[in-house]
Formats: sequence, C-alpha cells, structure tokens
Amino acid sequence: MATTATAMEHDVHDDQGNAWSGGKAPFRVSYGKLMMWYFLLSDAFTFAGFLISYGALRFSSPTWPVPDVVFSTAPFGIEGLPLIFVTFMSFLLIISSVTMVRAVQEGHRENKNGVVFWMLLTIFGGLGFLSCQAWEWNKLIGAEHMSVTTNPFGTHTVSGEYLDNKQGEPYKEGEKRETFKTGETYLMHKHHDEETGHDSWIQRRYIAEDGAMGKQEFGPKAFGALFFFITGFHGFHVLSGVVFLLIIMLNAASGVYVARKNGYEMVEKIGLYWHFVDLVWVFVFLVFYLL
Amino acid sequence: MANVTTQQVQTEEDRLIQEQGFDDHFHEHHHGDKYQSNFITTYIFSQDHKIIARQFLITGMFWAFIGGLMSLIFRLQLGFPDESLAWLRPLLGKWITVNDAGLGTLAPEFYYALVTMHGTILVFFVLTAGLSGTFSNLLIPLQVGARDMASPFLNMLSYWFFFFAGVVMFFSLFLSTGPFSGGWTAYPPLSALPQASSGSGAGMTLWIVSLVLFVVSVLLGGINYITTILNLRTKGMSLWRMPLTIWAFLITAVIGLLSFPVLASGFFLIMFDRSLGTSFYLSEIFIGGQALDHVGGSPILYQHLFWFLGHPEVYIIILPAMGLVSEVLSVHSRKPIFGYKAMVFSMLAIGFLSFIVWAHHMFMSGVNPFISNFFVIFTLIIAVPSAVKVFNWIATLYGGNVRFTSANLFAIGFVSMFISGGLTGIFLGNSAIDIQLHDTYFVVAHFHIVMGVAAFFGMFAGVYHWFPKMFGRFMNETMGKIHFWLTMIGAYAIFWPMHYLGMAGVPRRYYRFDVFETFRHFTEINKFITIAAMVVFAAQLLLLINFFYSIWKGKKVTTKNPWGASTLEWTTPIHAGHGNWPGKIPAVQRWPYDYGKDGKEFTPQIEPLKEGEHDGGH
Repeated sequence: MATTATAMEHDVHDDQGNAWSGGKAPFRVSYGKLMMWYFLLSDAFTFAGFLISYGALRFSSPTWPVPDVVFSTAPFGIEGLPLIFVTFMSFLLIISSVTMVRAVQEGHRENKNGVVFWMLLTIFGGLGFLSCQAWEWNKLIGAEHMSVTTNPFGTHTVSGEYLDNKQGEPYKEGEKRETFKTGETYLMHKHHDEETGHDSWIQRRYIAEDGAMGKQEFGPKAFGALFFFITGFHGFHVLSGVVFLLIIMLNAASGVYVARKNGYEMVEKIGLYWHFVDLVWVFVFLVFYLL
Repeated sequence: MANVTTQQVQTEEDRLIQEQGFDDHFHEHHHGDKYQSNFITTYIFSQDHKIIARQFLITGMFWAFIGGLMSLIFRLQLGFPDESLAWLRPLLGKWITVNDAGLGTLAPEFYYALVTMHGTILVFFVLTAGLSGTFSNLLIPLQVGARDMASPFLNMLSYWFFFFAGVVMFFSLFLSTGPFSGGWTAYPPLSALPQASSGSGAGMTLWIVSLVLFVVSVLLGGINYITTILNLRTKGMSLWRMPLTIWAFLITAVIGLLSFPVLASGFFLIMFDRSLGTSFYLSEIFIGGQALDHVGGSPILYQHLFWFLGHPEVYIIILPAMGLVSEVLSVHSRKPIFGYKAMVFSMLAIGFLSFIVWAHHMFMSGVNPFISNFFVIFTLIIAVPSAVKVFNWIATLYGGNVRFTSANLFAIGFVSMFISGGLTGIFLGNSAIDIQLHDTYFVVAHFHIVMGVAAFFGMFAGVYHWFPKMFGRFMNETMGKIHFWLTMIGAYAIFWPMHYLGMAGVPRRYYRFDVFETFRHFTEINKFITIAAMVVFAAQLLLLINFFYSIWKGKKVTTKNPWGASTLEWTTPIHAGHGNWPGKIPAVQRWPYDYGKDGKEFTPQIEPLKEGEHDGGH
C-alpha cells in the first residue's frame, strides 16, 4: 500500500517517454482500480460459465417454460401482467447505478456529504432489489412450489383440450372444456388431502388433437435449478455489494477519505463493482425473463 | 535481515543506481514496522514477496514429495502386482489387506485414490502454486524494479488460501472412506453422486472445497502479478525491456485469471448436484440397480467447463517454466536470447490458442466430429509457436560460451523434454489417431514428459539459478549435476517405454494388467518403469538434501551478481531487505540480454546506452 503510493508519485517525477516506458501507470489508473477491473474480468468469466451452462441445458431440453407465464405476478394481488414486477426491480437496480455515478462524482468534487447521500440512495436501491428478489423467490417457492429439483411449469408439446378441470376432477356434464396450444406453459398445482394429510400434484389429463390421451408432466428440472442458482449467485453479488457500500459509506462519513492521498477512490472502486453487478443482471434478465 | 543492506562498498552498479536511479522516498517511511517487526510478521504472515516466494516453494516441495511418494506406491502395484505390499501396512493401514499367507495387496479403491491425488497434487499444488507462485512472487518485483507487489496484503492472502487448500486436501487423505478417487478431472457422475464410489462422499467434498480455496488463491495471486507488472515497472522498464520471465508470468497470470473462474463455475454446479439434488450434470442414471431421481443433465457440460480451464492450465504450468529456461539459457550461454520478440509473440500466441483447443481432451466423449475438426486445427497450430521457441532456445545455445551449471543443465534438459513430449502431442491432437491412443499410456507418457517433467526441469533450473538470490548461498554443484543426470536419464526411462504400451492399447488408470491376455507380456516393461521411477524419486531426495543443507551450510555468495546476469534482481544486496533496494530504485536503460556485446561479458540493464548504441529489445 505504501509501495503503491510511490508508484503513483512516478507521474510527478517523470514526464518523459510514453505511457508504457516504465515508471508510471500505463492506463493512468491506480493499482487498486486496475485490480478491481481484473477481478471483474474474472468474475465475468464465472458468470459466463453459468450462462453458457444455462444455454447448454436449455437447448438440450425439448421444452422450456415461457417466462411471460412464469413471471406474471406482482405483490398486492396483481396477476396476469407478464414481467411487470421484474421490470420494476430491474429499474430499481439500474437507478441505483445512476445514484452510484452521482456518488462517485461527488467524490471527485470532494463533497463528503454528497458522497454519503448518494451512496445511501444506492444502498436503498440495492436493498430494494434484494427485497423484490426475496418476494419473487418466496412466491415461486411458497405459492407455486418450484424448487431446485421440481419444476411445476410445464410446456405443451401438442395442442388439445383438457379432460379435467383446474382441481383435477373430471368436467361435469355440459361444462365447457379448456383448450390449449403447442408451446403454451402451464403450472401444476399442489393438492393437499385433508384426510391423509399428504400433498400430491394435480396432473390434469388431456386429449390431443390427434386423439392421443396424455397427462400433464413436470417441466424440465434444469429450469428451477438454474433459476435459483444463477439469480441467487447474482443476488449474492448484490448483497455483498450492499455490505461493501455500507462499509465505504460509513468510512466516507467518518472522514477517513478526506485525509487520503487518493481521496475518494474507494468509492470509485466499489462503483465499478456495482456497475458490473448491474451489467450482469442485464444478461441474467435477458436469458431468464426475455428469451 | 533488513539491516544488512546499509554499509557496502561502492560498486559500479551502486554508483549507477545512485546517479540514474529514481528516488521514491521509500526508506523515509517506517515500512519495517508494518511488515517485518517480529518473527510472525517476518516469516509466517509475511507481506514481503521474497518470503512469500519461499513459502510457496517450500510448500510446493512438501506436496511434490507427497505426490511423488503416491506415484511410487501405485507404480509398485503396477510393476509388481504379485509381490506382497504388507510392509506398507504401517503407512497405509487398512488400505493394505493382508491374507492368511501374509500377502499384502493394495485396495483397488485406494489405488484409484492414489492416482487421483497424485494428479491433483502435482498439477495444482506443485506445478501451479509451487512453480508460478514461487517464481512470480520472487522475480516480478525484483526484475521489474518494484519495492514489492502492488498489494502485499492480497499477496499474503494468496499464499494462505493455497496453504488452507493444502490443509483441506491433506486432511482428506486420512478419511476412513479415503480421498476422492474418480480421477483428477473429477468427471461426474463419480464426482457428482456421493454414493458413486468410496471416495465420492466426504473425499470429494473436501477435494472440491480445497480446490475452490485454491482457485481463490490463484486469482488473488494473478490479479496482483498482472497489476504489478503493468503499473509498477521502474523508470525505463518498457514492455520490450522486460525479461522473458516477466512476459511469461504476465501471460500465465492472464490465462489463469480467465480460466480458473470457469472451473469455479463448474465446481459450484457440482456442489449443487451433490448436496441439493439438482441435475446439472446428471441424466437418467442407475446405481446398484436403483434408478435415481436425476433427469436432463449433461456430463459433457462438466467436461467442457473443466477443460476450458484444464487446457489453459497446462500452459499455466509450462509458460513460467519456459520463461525461467529462456533466462537461464541466455545467462549461462553468455549470449542474448535468440529472437526475443519472437519469443514474446509465440508466448502470446500460445496463450491465445490455449483457450480454443480444450475439446481435444474430449474427442472420445461424444462431441460432434465436425466440432472436433475445429479443435484439431487449432491444436496443431500451437505446434508453430512452440517450435519457434524451441528453435530459439537451440539458437541461443549455438555458439555460446556455455557454462554447464546445474541450472543450465536443467534448462537444456527442459528443451529436450519439451521436444520429445511436444512431438507426441501432434499425434494426440489428431482426432482420428486419438481413437486408438486416447486414455492409453501414450497419453500418460505425453503429458508427463511435456508438462510434468519439462515443467519440473524449468523449476529446477529456476531453483538452482535463483537460490543465491533467495538464500544468499549456492547450492552444491556436484550434487546438482548428479541430480540432473539421474533425473534426465531416469525420466526418459520411465516415460519412453510408456509410448509403446500406449500404442499397443494399454489403458491408463487400470489396477493391474497381468489378468488380461493382451497385456500380460508387458509385465517386464512395467517392472522396468517402476524401478526407474524409484531411482528418479531417490534422485529428488538429493535435491531436498542439497536444498536444505545449502540454506544453512552452502557456499556463501560473496558478490551481488554471481552469475554475471544483466537483470535487475542482481543489483539488489545479497540479502535484500524489505523494499529490495537500500536506496533509490534503479532506472532501466536497456533490454535485459546484452551478453557479449562490445567485448563485455555482460552489460547490466542499469547501464546507460552509449552514444548511437542500439537497444536490443526495440
């Protein structure tokens, strides 16, 4: 650390030669920021590994749940509005990037209170995103019974009509049957038997257009596992980001950066991390919610 | 140690540093208190790169001993399957079963555990951490002219993550179910199902924990190495004035930074398959007639993620060795390295190509033959930069005033091994020939020669050459030369015959061969290999004795620059304290390979260019 303070001084002493001739930082970037960049590069490869695994498993699976159906609810009883909730949470995260930029800017201006204020807003954004994620997971796990091993979101491979109603009982005489088309997603519900106390899945029977009879099957297992794993891994990044933001905000508030030679550089470094986490979310959002 | 540096006779180098050097006011602050105030901060939780380098080296030597010993045990089983191993019972306990006649046999599952651990330990702990960890730490700050690493603290953490990875792995050796035994590549399902084999339970859990800690160590180290090389070069040390060692460490660190995270992704998914019942790598599978609840996963996916690290990993191992050898060959041949820029560009080419050849490990895994073509082509293209380097090393030696020191002998041995092992790589890189050769002893022979023995030779060359810098004493040259010749001849005696076994189709990782009619007549060859392995292992004990004896009793180094080398590390005091240079940081004036120029045996990098003199690197 003291070592690096000396590296920074090189610039002052030597104005000759080009940026790569030694004795100065070639990108005019301190060692700490450079390290953060390299860490983010390696982290990007970790996420790339996951997303490529996602692609490999998804495209080796004959069907895949349609995101418009899986993610169509929001708090306060809102239903049937595809992606409305995830749009909100993505917006929250992107806005927190904007407030982060402002915090960095205030750092350059050496305005302590400004840094603290905008970092606080960033932390709120991060916490808001995490809360939304918690709600979404809770909804998927608690209400829809999705887990890392079970995926109740199946997809129809044929068109046809149901022989059972939503409770899994045969239609009554004269009742209108529900129809479905190839590629549509359905959600299998759990049924709790009061007498035996056992849970079972309602697997509705159907008749396809070609007359074949069938029963609703579970969706590809990989969907649930990948969803919880990748969004969880991203959420963990957001969580650690919030913790680091908090620490650095407290440091900034206590005034330790005022005395430092490199000023509010810590704010800049955590800013890099925070933008990276946002950027990764764009890709996670793309593969799980849009494609 | 820190204060030995002060009163020394003013030499030409000191004068140059004093006049040309650059004052960073380093010694006006009290760094010593922070880094080297007591025994613990000096030698254990040290933040000094020179101490950390020694920690990496000695830990690597410990693991090399353990890993080598394991290979001896399974070689005994392969060479002498009918002899009693009862005498190993005190060491291996229940893994040796002794029958009524007193005949002791090695438990087959432990044989697999030994093979697995041998591979894991040698590849990761010895040839990655022990080699690149040691020399990157030692040489980067010294050769680029920096006081220390960019972040000494992260550097310390890098060692300690490696240390704890080692502790966890070592612990797994003592489990009642044995350490992981599914091969160092840890393919699922053996690695993904705890009930798959005896080592797949706790053994695999510890294996994966250990390796995740190891990945953290590599990343912490790599980020530091790159940043130090880019940001902390001294005045005048442009990229084209960096010694080839530094280029090698830089490219190695970049490769590690981009490939190890992908391995980590692969490992995280395996953890989920193991503990949460997901099916990332598991499709429909039966164990003991019992259908498991897994569906839809792909074991090939793991192989892709693994080999995306696994192949760059062999260059992570060999590139530092190449860098060390380039430096040692040049210094001890008293000639500039031949084709400096070609060396750099071929290393860059190797580094780039290493990322697009991984599936040549999977030709027989059921990947599309069309995709195999792609990987065959790029694999064979790697032969081009590799050959460039080989020719340059030979051209460096040619007509040189060669000093056959132990260090140089090992460097020359490296070139020999790299050629022998490289040529067999051309066979294996062809997907058609691979149908016959894959998973045979031909593969074992190939990679042991080209990245096992060769990398070890590079490491030995480095140890003999830089030992005076590390400990201020020389290693014993006579012992070093005996060590070299025994190892050189012995290593060929071990691995050369394996090519014939492989061409005849003898598969690797088998417990014994005498039960197969086809392979029975290879018994004598297997005996020969085992005996050669024992000789080579014994020869390494010579190195151990020489190393530890010389630390305390070796011939003392009396001049700063005993080999007459031109790079910066030899301008530091014999026992360099924290900060490496007692006064100013030397400024670099020329490239590092001015040997035999203008009638001078060598010209240090700190000596200014004369009027109209051409700088070699540019």
